[in-house]
Parts: sequence; C-alpha cells; structure tokens
Amino acid sequence: MEQSFLFLVLTLDATLRVSTPLIFCAMAGLFSERSGIIDISLEGKMLAAAFAAASVAAVTGSAWLALIAGVAVAVGLALLHGFACITHKGNHVVSGVAINILASGLTIVLGIAWFQRGGQTPSLPPTARFMPVEFPLAQAVDGVPVLGTIYRELLSGHNLLVYVAFLIVPLTWWVVYRTRFGLRLRAVGENPTAVDTAGLSVSWLRFRAVMLCGLLTGLAGTYLSIAQNASFVRDMTAGQGYIALAAMIFGKWRPFPAFGACLIFGLLDAVAIRLQGVHVAGIGEVPVEFIQALPYILTVILLAGFIGKAVAPKAIGMPYLKER
Amino acid sequence: MSFLKQSAVVGTVLMMSFAAQAADDKPAVVFDMGGKFDKSFNQGVYAGAERFKKETGVSYREFEVTNETQREQAIRKMAQRGQSPIVGVGFAQSSAIETVAKEYPDLKFTIIDGYVVLPNVQAVLFKEHEGSFLVGMLAAMASKTGKVGYIGGMDIPLIRAFGCGYEQGAKYSNPAVEVIQNMTGTTPAAWNDPGRGSELTKGQIDRGADVIYAAAGGTGVGVYQAAKDSGKLAIGVDSNQNHLHPGTMLSSMVKRVDVAAYNSFKQGLDGTWKAGVQSLGLKEGGVDWALDENNRSLVSADMEARVNQAKADIISGKIKVHDYRSDNKCVM
Repeated sequence: MEQSFLFLVLTLDATLRVSTPLIFCAMAGLFSERSGIIDISLEGKMLAAAFAAASVAAVTGSAWLALIAGVAVAVGLALLHGFACITHKGNHVVSGVAINILASGLTIVLGIAWFQRGGQTPSLPPTARFMPVEFPLAQAVDGVPVLGTIYRELLSGHNLLVYVAFLIVPLTWWVVYRTRFGLRLRAVGENPTAVDTAGLSVSWLRFRAVMLCGLLTGLAGTYLSIAQNASFVRDMTAGQGYIALAAMIFGKWRPFPAFGACLIFGLLDAVAIRLQGVHVAGIGEVPVEFIQALPYILTVILLAGFIGKAVAPKAIGMPYLKER
Repeated sequence: MSFLKQSAVVGTVLMMSFAAQAADDKPAVVFDMGGKFDKSFNQGVYAGAERFKKETGVSYREFEVTNETQREQAIRKMAQRGQSPIVGVGFAQSSAIETVAKEYPDLKFTIIDGYVVLPNVQAVLFKEHEGSFLVGMLAAMASKTGKVGYIGGMDIPLIRAFGCGYEQGAKYSNPAVEVIQNMTGTTPAAWNDPGRGSELTKGQIDRGADVIYAAAGGTGVGVYQAAKDSGKLAIGVDSNQNHLHPGTMLSSMVKRVDVAAYNSFKQGLDGTWKAGVQSLGLKEGGVDWALDENNRSLVSADMEARVNQAKADIISGKIKVHDYRSDNKCVM
C-alpha cells in the first residue's frame, strides 16, 4: 500500500515535469489561434528558444539572462511568422513549417560553429540553471503520512518554471475571458471585419497575440534546455510542440480543457516511462511496445469518443483583407 | 565527330590517371552527423586519423556530413577523387558505403560500426557486450542498494547487446543484483531526447537504482545530468565521458574507434589492408573501460583488481560473454 502510494505520487510528480513544456506551448498556441493565426511553429520556436537559452547560459552563466534570450528569440520568430501571415497575408501553415525547418537546421549549424560539440551546448553548472525550489518545511513534514509525502514529493522540489506554467493557465483564462484585450482577441479570430468596423486594428491585435505566443514558447524552450536538462541537444523538443498543438485542439481552444489535455498526455508519458519493465500484479510484465503505444491509443480513443467536434475559431488561417 | 573522339580520348586519359592515383596512400574519412568534435564517436575517429597523419606524414581528406542526404554524395566524391581507403563512420553510413563500393570495385572502403560484406569493404564491428560486462561489474560493486540501471537509446539489437553484457557483468560480480533496463524509444528520435533520458533515470532512481549506465547517444546527456542531480552514479559510453561530471561518472565503456580508423589507414599504406568483417573485443583492444583522474576516487583498488581480472579472463576465454545479437536472446 505504502509502496503503491509512493509510486502514484512519484508518477504524478513526473507528470508535472513532463507536462510543463506542453502547458506553455498549448497556451501559446491558444493565444495565436484565438486571434486567427494558425501556429504549427510552436515546435520550432521552442527549439530555437532552447538553443538560445542554453547558449547564453553557457556563455554568461546566468539563468535569468538565458531566460531573456530564449524569450527574445522566440518572440523574434513569432514576429517573423506574423510578418509573413499578417502583414503579407501568407499561408500560415507554410510559414510555420518554414520556421520549424529553420530552427531545426540553424540551431545545429550555430551550435557546431560556436561550441564544436556536434550541435550540443556545453553542460551547465547548477548556478546557470533553474534548480528545484524546496518549499519551507518540506523535510520537516516528512513524518506526516500521506499529506507529508504529497507535500514533499509532489508539490515541493520543482524548478521555478514548473510553477510558472501552472500559474499561466488561470492567467490565460483571465486574459482571454475577463479583459478587454481578450474579448477583442476572440472577436478578431471569429470575425475580423466586425473588429475592423469597430475601429480597431486587426493587424495590431494579431501581432500582440503572436508576440504572446512567442513569449510562452520562449519559456517552454528555456525550461527544456536549462531547467529540465542542463544543455541543448539537437532536436531536443522531440515533437512536443505538435503534441501541445493537439492538446490545445482537444481542449477546443479553451485554457482549462487544453490544460487538462496536457496533463493527460504528461501523465501517459510518465506512466509509460515508469511502467517499462515493471511487474504489474495480476498481469505480469507489460510489453514495452504496448506501454509506448499507450499514449497514442488513448489519444485515438479520446478523440473518437469523448471530445466530440472541435470547432476552430471561424476566421482561423484566413488573412484579413479590408474591402476597398 | 573529331570532337567526340577527342573527348573520348580525354576521358580515357582522365580515367587512367584516376586509376593510377588509386594507390592506398590517399586515405579519406567521412565523418557522420555530429561532426569531428562531437566529444564522442566521430572525435575518436578524428583522433585516430590525426595520429596516423602525425606518425606517417601522410595527409588525408575529410568531410563532415551535416545531413542524411550528404552521406552517399560525400563518399562518392571521395571515390571520384580516387581516395583509398575511404573510412565511413557509424552504422548509418553502411548503405552509402555499400552503394559506392560496388561502383568503385578498385578502391578500398572501411565502415566502422557497420556491417557490409563486399570484396573491397572492411567492416569493423565491436564486441560491445564485453566492454559492457566490465562496467556492469563495476556498477554492481559500486551499488549500495543492490539495484543498478541501464538506459538504452533506440530499441535495436545492438543496444540490447549493451544491456545484456551489462547485466551479465553485474550478475557475475553480485548474483543477487537487480538490473532495471529501459529503452528510450523505438524511433531515431530516441537518440536525442535528454528530457526523456532524465525522466527514465529519475524513474529508475525512484525504484532504487543507484548506478545507471546509458548507451543512448544524446539522450545520455540527460541521464548523466539526472544521476548527478540526485547524487547517484552514471556510466558513459563510446568515448571516455568521465570528464562530463567528475565525481559522479563511475566509468565509461569505451569503443576504440580511433584504433579502428588508425589501423585502416595504416594497413592501407602498408599493403596489409584486408577486406572482410572483423570484430574487435577486449582481446584486440577494441573495447575497454575507462579509468582516469576523474573517476579515480570512485574506483577502489579492489574493484579495479577484480575488473582487470575479469578482463584477463574474458581475453583468455575463461569467461564467455553472451552476445545478444547472436540469437536475439539474453542468456545469463
């Protein structure tokens, strides 16, 4: 009993770590797509930010400067996406794919040129990273059954960015549903003509949305390279940007459901990692292949059975043309 | 007409001159993705090639592949120049070497860590299971919990062979030891996923493992870091990775790719180069365990003596390490 409870808590603990980049990216995608800009370049922006953060941290030794660099690079790429899609009315998917390819190639080339480690950045000392934050009294409450374990293992001992990710979700909800900017953001994704008629700039609203998207993907990338890990490794995002995009669509472009989807994906991943090679009572050892396929099987089941129709913002992917 | 004839003559002369140049004093090496300063596999080959250059004064041509499509182009380019022997690095270059070697039967090709059987190809493989056996012994001796971990990259027989040798070594030194084995994934992305490597490591540590061996390429970076963050020990692979985290890297299972590259060049020059598949184990100095100032404090004199004894026993044939690849089974 004690053992399985600890296993559960540790799995949930891993879930928080694994789902953090997904949460950042899902919220990033939500801002962008709610304004009508399709963004499949979450992956590329996150990767570029991860590289920028790891490089700056390696050179300066400061985690905060690294965070600023990661966010700046991601916002830069987001503005590029905006420039192509909003200013020049380009195809959103094409621009997004271009950014993904650019990030994947450029990070390796620059990494080889600057650090000569085959695209890896030097391994960072603890002072140049976001290290786990121990909550006060975490060791003291160790003796308390259940609650003590939960407090010590689950809540305490994550790095700063994990907590930020979990605060970002209610913040996103508040911005999107409770502020004037949020109302306009939703409107511009549904009916840009109406927004324009009301005398608001469609372009400026959408640019602000993609910048927010850049900011959040920057945090995700920074988390990957200097908080969760201690260096940049080529293509280290490993498709998480796309998974976040899927989570956002699962959540029907709404913050809390998207957050839930991220947690489910994170949980499945954590379970897959921890169940590998473990003997489950009554079943025996579960084959690795099955465990690894589990997230995808559940995705299909969830998508087919429980999500229902996902309706995108009405004006998504369409460039806004003013009638003249 | 006369123009055609002329160009035909020129072409023949050119081809002859190529053939004439196709002596074996023009070695070339095609590094794989990662580049020659990757602190790992490619850099080992680079070190071997540099040693050859220094000792013999014969220079070599080189190319660093930066994406998959360049492999065959680069090797063919070297062949067109009449370089020989041409060394391809890594099993990913196998098919490219095979294709180009068929087109240029007069040139000599060497593939390191790949399996190609052709009359003009030398394939150098390593007995990773023997080296892994030694680090497995170390892990079991260093473990306080009696549980040790192994994290592989992509789930392929080669990576299973690492784990199988490791488990045999661990059980040899402590029959009661528990070996927890995990694979990162089933696609090539598993070689570059340090985040997952770190999660797998934390998972194994939560289950009690306190020494973790990784054979997982870039994913290993996450494994070593996670082990260090939790104050546990890790074992590196391919090249000597002890310097990555001095004090928590117990050792590294080194593949002497530098020896393979050096030998191929040297044999080409001496005329002793032979085609065929060769497998370098402990006996041939192809694999080994690493002991240097970075892990000196972690390895006691007793551990060192026992591992070296086992090494001698494997070389003499007294201990037989089972190779997973021979029958796709891990027999203890």
